[in-house]
Amino acid sequence: MAAVTTTPPTGATVRRTRPRPSFGRVMAWVVMGAILLVTLLPFYWILRTALSSNAGIAADPTSPLPVDATGGGFARALGMQSTKEAIAQGGAGGGLDFWRYLLNSVVVSTLITACQILFSAMAAYAFARLRWRGRDTVFALFLAGLMVPTIFTLLPNFVLIKQLGLIDSLLGIALPTMFMTPFAVFFLRQFFMNVPREVEEAALLDGAGKVGIFFKVLLPMASTPVITLAVLTYITSWNDYFWPLMVSYSDSSRVLTVALAIFRAQTPQTGVDWSGLMAATLIAALPMLALFAFFARRIVSSISFTGIK
Amino acid sequence: MTVASSSPPSRLPLRDAEGTASKPRTVRKRERHGGGRGDGALAALFIAPAMLGFLVFLLWPTLRGIYLSFTRFNLLTPAEWVGLDNYRRMIDDPIFWDSLKVTLEYVFINIGVQTVSALAIAVLLQRLTQSAVLRGIVLTPYLMSNVVAGIVWLWMLDTQLGIGNEIIAGLGADRIPFLADETWAIPTIALINVWRHVGYTALLLFAGLQAIPGDMYEAAKVDGASEWRMFWRITMPLLRPVLAVVLIMTVIGSFQVFDTVAVTTGGGPANATNVLQFYIYGSAFGRFQFGYASAMSVALLVVLSAITILQYRLTRAGQTDLG
Repeated sequence: MAAVTTTPPTGATVRRTRPRPSFGRVMAWVVMGAILLVTLLPFYWILRTALSSNAGIAADPTSPLPVDATGGGFARALGMQSTKEAIAQGGAGGGLDFWRYLLNSVVVSTLITACQILFSAMAAYAFARLRWRGRDTVFALFLAGLMVPTIFTLLPNFVLIKQLGLIDSLLGIALPTMFMTPFAVFFLRQFFMNVPREVEEAALLDGAGKVGIFFKVLLPMASTPVITLAVLTYITSWNDYFWPLMVSYSDSSRVLTVALAIFRAQTPQTGVDWSGLMAATLIAALPMLALFAFFARRIVSSISFTGIK
Repeated sequence: MTVASSSPPSRLPLRDAEGTASKPRTVRKRERHGGGRGDGALAALFIAPAMLGFLVFLLWPTLRGIYLSFTRFNLLTPAEWVGLDNYRRMIDDPIFWDSLKVTLEYVFINIGVQTVSALAIAVLLQRLTQSAVLRGIVLTPYLMSNVVAGIVWLWMLDTQLGIGNEIIAGLGADRIPFLADETWAIPTIALINVWRHVGYTALLLFAGLQAIPGDMYEAAKVDGASEWRMFWRITMPLLRPVLAVVLIMTVIGSFQVFDTVAVTTGGGPANATNVLQFYIYGSAFGRFQFGYASAMSVALLVVLSAITILQYRLTRAGQTDLG
């Protein structure tokens, strides 16, 4: 290896001079362009299909613009069409109450994210900054939890949730991941361990208690890793399908991912209601796209951040 | 997956004691033992909720899952101990072996394509541009659930009206029933999940690339090395530890494929996409054989542990070439 010399540059700052566009570089951009196209085309195609009518889609499947533009797909997905109207436009008769599922998804994801981060941060603080007997052993036990694949705990957890009488409730969906994940504890512990001790000592001198130090000093300092973790947790719990599918049986606890799969399964015999299905898909994906638009820079750098961990 | 199955698996730590990006690393003193009293009571209070979650929803289910695998259990009556019956049945069950085979085929295609593409994307992002916008775009599919990704591609690859087949037909070739054909279904599902996850994987690798000092490339360039040569001589060796960890965690994640199968093919046609997790789900919730389903989960756990250990050994994931 070349000697790692002088400046500790982050790879980002070094290449400033623009090389002449060589053949290889042009080809690299072409590949990059193709990657971006494959990445983004499906998003456009969802929109294009959702705004088309089912008859129009069949008549002109390749048109890059919406065919016979209509809001019928969205109306169907949101249950705002009469059964007769829906069937006439190629949808299934049964209505789905997407607003309800949207709310359920928000409640579940928010509950999981808020509680998991708070409790994991508290535990992380205890592991990083408090002195108590058995600390390292308990932490090793938590770490071992990283190795258990989720599938393995799903069946026994289902049995447990059923015995607790929480089947078909939002709490039942949230409970298993509400208290902690080994990763969250590990991740935040890393941060707390690296906060200079002087910060804590200064607060102690000012007469703050350890509880106060955690909530008033350390937790605010940890806002970057906490937000990082919160956004990733929110996306993960929002997109989860398997566990909610196991636990929820009725509208009262149905989240968007499960509702969407049902909407897909309800498709009429005569042919799939692609327009309605794509509208529903868009409705299901929109909140995360909005979250992303809001936090984009943060999410992107945060993933790089978790990567280095 | 889930917090779980379809989401990326729990991320594994690369290096234990690295600081966060911004904070300088402080010398870690052994907590002043002897000096003061411990914080036992406070620690117990702070750790109680996480401990509760750990014991009730992680440790206990793990032990219980192993116990249930030795029982006959249908949820309605108490579990009845049957010894190794479930495991014997598993060994004699051709559908189990089939689903294991299908799962392996899926993992092989998914991981192969995803790793190579993610590496290509990461290197292009690093060597071509540092644009945060491009990084953001690459990540967008990750924001969709597997359910959404599955349905969208189900539509784009539809035999009659899907844009994919319209293009194929436009080129004069035969339409391909991507998700309705026994040979095509698994590769198609594998590629759909590559589409959703490759950006995330690429960003993890990109983070690893950022740790490689830029002046290594500068020095190599002065020596007249080509990009290709720099990739094999600098990028690959230095990225190896990161690559290994990313590989381990994506393999574990992809063994747990479920959502995409559930919304696209439902295990068909003719069990061609009956991946292990789907078979486990069907045994438990379709046929109420919780004991048998648990035994197959144990088998999956064993397979995953073995692969993790093997991969870790083979790739010497713990070592870094940089330090």
